[in-house]
Amino acid sequence: MSQTTPSSTMSPDVPPVLSVVPSRALVDEAFRVSVQNLPPGCAVTLHSLHRSEEEDLWEAFGHYVSDQNGSVSLADDFSFGGTYVGKEAMGLLWSMRPVPGSREGLRLRKMNVCTPQLVHISVYDGHAQEGFTERPPLASVLSERWFVAPGVRRVEVREKGVRGTLFIPPGPGPFPGVLDMWGGGGGLVEYRSALLASHGYVSLALQYLTSGELALADVESKFFETAFNIIRFHPLVRPDRIGIFGLCLGAIATNHLAAESSVIKPRCCVCVSGVHICPRGPPLAGTTQLLLLTAHKVRVDENNHEIWRNRILPITGDLAEKIDVGKINCPMLLVNGRDDQNLSTVEAAEDMARMMQAAGKAHLLTTIEYPATGHLIELPYSPHFRATKFMKMDTKEKVMLLWGGQTKPHSDAQEDAWNKILSFLHHHLYSNNPPRAKM
Amino acid sequence: MDGKQCCVKLSVHPSRGLVDEKFLILVQNVLPGFQLTVYAFYRCEDGHRWEAFAHYTANASGTVNVSEDHSLGGTYSGVEPMGLMWSQRPVPGSKPGLRMRKTNVQTPMEVTISVYRGHLTKGFADQVPLAGAVVERWYMAPGVRRVPVTEGGLTATLFLPSGPGPFPGLLDLWGGGGKLVEYRAALLASHGFASLALDYLTPQITKETGKMVDNHYFEAAYRFLEQHPQVLGSRIGILGLSFGTSIALKMAVYSQVFKLRCAVCISGSHVQPIEGSVQQIMTSFHNNVDKTRFNMEQQVIWRDLLLPIPADPSLKVEVGRLRCPLLLVVGEDDQNWPAHESAVDVKEMMQRAGNYHLLTVLSYPGAGHLIEPPFTPFARASSYKILGTAPQTLMVLWGGETVAHCRAQEDAWRKTLVFLRENLYGGTNPRATASSHL
Repeated sequence: MSQTTPSSTMSPDVPPVLSVVPSRALVDEAFRVSVQNLPPGCAVTLHSLHRSEEEDLWEAFGHYVSDQNGSVSLADDFSFGGTYVGKEAMGLLWSMRPVPGSREGLRLRKMNVCTPQLVHISVYDGHAQEGFTERPPLASVLSERWFVAPGVRRVEVREKGVRGTLFIPPGPGPFPGVLDMWGGGGGLVEYRSALLASHGYVSLALQYLTSGELALADVESKFFETAFNIIRFHPLVRPDRIGIFGLCLGAIATNHLAAESSVIKPRCCVCVSGVHICPRGPPLAGTTQLLLLTAHKVRVDENNHEIWRNRILPITGDLAEKIDVGKINCPMLLVNGRDDQNLSTVEAAEDMARMMQAAGKAHLLTTIEYPATGHLIELPYSPHFRATKFMKMDTKEKVMLLWGGQTKPHSDAQEDAWNKILSFLHHHLYSNNPPRAKM
Repeated sequence: MDGKQCCVKLSVHPSRGLVDEKFLILVQNVLPGFQLTVYAFYRCEDGHRWEAFAHYTANASGTVNVSEDHSLGGTYSGVEPMGLMWSQRPVPGSKPGLRMRKTNVQTPMEVTISVYRGHLTKGFADQVPLAGAVVERWYMAPGVRRVPVTEGGLTATLFLPSGPGPFPGLLDLWGGGGKLVEYRAALLASHGFASLALDYLTPQITKETGKMVDNHYFEAAYRFLEQHPQVLGSRIGILGLSFGTSIALKMAVYSQVFKLRCAVCISGSHVQPIEGSVQQIMTSFHNNVDKTRFNMEQQVIWRDLLLPIPADPSLKVEVGRLRCPLLLVVGEDDQNWPAHESAVDVKEMMQRAGNYHLLTVLSYPGAGHLIEPPFTPFARASSYKILGTAPQTLMVLWGGETVAHCRAQEDAWRKTLVFLRENLYGGTNPRATASSHL
């Protein structure tokens, strides 16, 4: 669709004034985007552009009309078209997607968290759908989105067989701590830990799978406990105030540690898009086995994207195939998406609630489910990926996995979930009130 | 460590901001009624250490909000969201007469904010704080470009805002201390103005020839802006402080080359020999050096050198001939220049000439001479190096009382930006109100 004629003539003389405040912000902070000095009733497109570390281009845009003062404010005005519609102050970030012609199945993840994500915010004349790089904008500003607050330190950890990265907030400490575990993609993903440190937690991003490997079965239980203790015995950490945060496979490991470990005692746990369905015993080994046994249950959708959610359905009644969550003794926050196409987290959470109820532990469990939300519940304002390329751990084969979710509700969920997670962590790890399980 | 009491949480938002942006400091997780000191520390580029502190008592939720709560004492008192910045002063034992001015504008000021138990006034370095945070304060917004300029014999730096442009332009002039001072121009570019910081007292050409520049130098600077592909040649303004005001008014009224859209003159005067060169203007001031006074601390007061404001029109810029809006910013306690008296006379001249509608005067009681962008430390007096054949360093009294002066800076800067926005960006859309986020 080609661009429409602007409804009012742009003055060739003076450019509009575009402002993005704050221009330097943490990735979970909102910004205010506004344009001034346009003619009244002028059609414009607000556009965002980001070049990822892999050199892919991501963009988002919205169609606006200026008011009688010649102003557009994303917090107050409606977008009538583009990659998002409606009153969406942060739409230029969360609705980003790879530009047309990009490689398939991309996912936006920053690996170097010490430098900011640079996003160019621009305003173009008229309501455009494409061709943004072929003509100059009316105005453009650069926004820096940071994972680390000033003063946060990054320390690589290589001790006792544990590999990871520790992020330490500025200040004398001591601080509460968080063991931060990602999902089955493996490798070392630091950005959530960096952001947690910016919120006052010593956070260890744990590398527990090298990409393509699912090893360590034999040293597993000791491995996670050792990692936890690295945080616990750190001179800047309060040893009685450590939580565990896991996503997907990391959440399975979190459930296991909370239930089974006699060595470590987390003060609280956050499990995002995780389950307790895993044969009893070391969780990584158990999950490997589970994946092998359920391979036949994988379906594909019309795009040939793999749907894995049926692997654990129906939820087994066999206790030997599930983590004994009745033994958990700390507050648990579960965050799940109802359109999770990768893992049946909602069904599993119901079963987990029954098990904990039966053990008299229901008061420890809080579950939040979001409609039309998929598996990858990431940091606020980060783009939504309904399906992306994924390397299978065992065969090293790259497939397209369907994660699920619809962009707008999924993005709302990311924003809401993060606030609730930070509030939960603050309540249990910072607050001086005696811990209550329910928020 | 008290087993019951957990970690004090200190947050500063935004943690990275422009120098003229406000921040919010929150202390959480202390006991209700807890007495604490919030402390700011900054080690500037030349190694001097600056500090500010304030005493607070936590509320019933165990929180202190610096933007809303009263400081009970320290380097400022009352409700002062930015007091930890503007009330900073050199730590005890520092060299006297310091003034904080950032030279490298491409890096931020890194200020450490800490929380201490109790109401402390000293010994901060000997105590372990309860919490700490780091705040970055920037003169340059992301995407602003810094371009050193030497063409046409100029010694200048151009700051271009982010984006394709073209942008309105601004000539940025400091005062009698000379040198190439960049921070205000960098900040103005962060607000959308292509700003040229110009060294006109100690430029390369003066160092080489020993001669002060003449009108051609300023006209070359104006032409540089006018012809720059990313500057709107028909939308150029000028901003001058102190002696920079003298230059600004002179060029605005007498230069055939300058076609200014507006002028901002801070802490200056229109009193000067008409159509005198820079050298001649300086000489005329030096001729009155016997009017120098000293206060009790032997600090130099130069305001009388231009007093009384002459009635003779050949001794003042004919402001009645101005054709563009003029914003005058004056501090009523200016001990260095008679800015206030000059403003009164300018007003009368413009009323008689019939162009008074072009004039806006912002006059601040209790403010001194150095009316700068807000939220940096105030100096009532500081060491000043006189340029010339026999260089000397004196302790010069600028004037101003801390709180009044800092409030004046905040107010004047905001109004200056609105004035510049309206005159340099506005005009095509009379109803477009340029509301600043400040």
